[in-house]
Amino acid sequence: MKNLKEKQKRGMIRDWILLGIILIIAVLLLSIFPDRKELVINTLWDYFIEMALILPAVMVILGLFAVFVSKETVIKYLGKASGIKGIFLAIILGALPTGPLYVAFPMAASLLKKGAKISNIIVFLSAWACIKIPQELVELQFLGIRFMLSRLTLTIIFIVIMGIFIEKVVEWSEDGKNIKSSGV
Amino acid sequence: MNVTAIIINVIAAGSLLIAFAKDREKATKSLKIAGKSFIRMLPMVFVILIIIGLLLGFVPASQISRFVGEQSGMTGILLVGVVGAVLHIPALLSFPLAASLLEDGASVSAVAAFITTLTMIGTITLPLEIKELGKKMAILRNGISFVIAIVIALIMGAVL
Repeated sequence: MKNLKEKQKRGMIRDWILLGIILIIAVLLLSIFPDRKELVINTLWDYFIEMALILPAVMVILGLFAVFVSKETVIKYLGKASGIKGIFLAIILGALPTGPLYVAFPMAASLLKKGAKISNIIVFLSAWACIKIPQELVELQFLGIRFMLSRLTLTIIFIVIMGIFIEKVVEWSEDGKNIKSSGV
Repeated sequence: MNVTAIIINVIAAGSLLIAFAKDREKATKSLKIAGKSFIRMLPMVFVILIIIGLLLGFVPASQISRFVGEQSGMTGILLVGVVGAVLHIPALLSFPLAASLLEDGASVSAVAAFITTLTMIGTITLPLEIKELGKKMAILRNGISFVIAIVIALIMGAVL
């Protein structure tokens, strides 16, 4: 836990340094090409407004879910679910905005130990990574409903296929190992 | 203010009200977490904003579309796919960046590939994923995710 905080702190310092560097580059570029100033500032301002309108709300949604939906609840529900229901639950629980991806790995590991299906775990992790509800909202804002919905639908279809495929591969390779070890 | 922004704010305000009605203490705690993550994200927000400004102000659309536009084809899609997989920026900020690329001549496929690999594949988190889930599952998941991202990108390019 302490390690994680340390890492976050270092990450933040790195981000501020990066901002400083980018800022210097921008100021230099704009002083060499003053005719671009208006275009750059206008673009920046437009995107800033669009972000300012949604980011605070998105953060509030993230915070609420992080506190109100506990890891234990997620693990409990996902641990026993199987079949279509399991995959459905894995998508929904993964999509809930409950934290960054590195929080999900230990959860996935404990699910694995509890004997949850590998396909569900892969779908859960992938849903966590790429179909989080706040992400979809921001995607809707910037790229429009057609882009967001088609990417969402395709992503769901393919992560389910991937989950089932990886489960088969892992089972198959473990079977192979068992046969080998029993043969010796 | 556009409709999406209004909807998002209404959802946030509504959930916040319900949360406060249900459990004051937890709701306050969520607000604190929201504030902290917002501050933590702030420098990256400005980095991305400046990059977008410079991109649209200095890089002509013809250049962007040469590398990641319609005529760049498969190479362009694979290129942004790899960039997305290696890059480590908050997923939330990839969308405005993607929108600016699209505005500046990138193809739908390239943008879709960028977002999908960026969110699905974690090169920086890969060691942790290997530690928690084992080499086989972690590498399979990240590897197949890359292929999937490219397939999704190609379909999106054909459909939209």
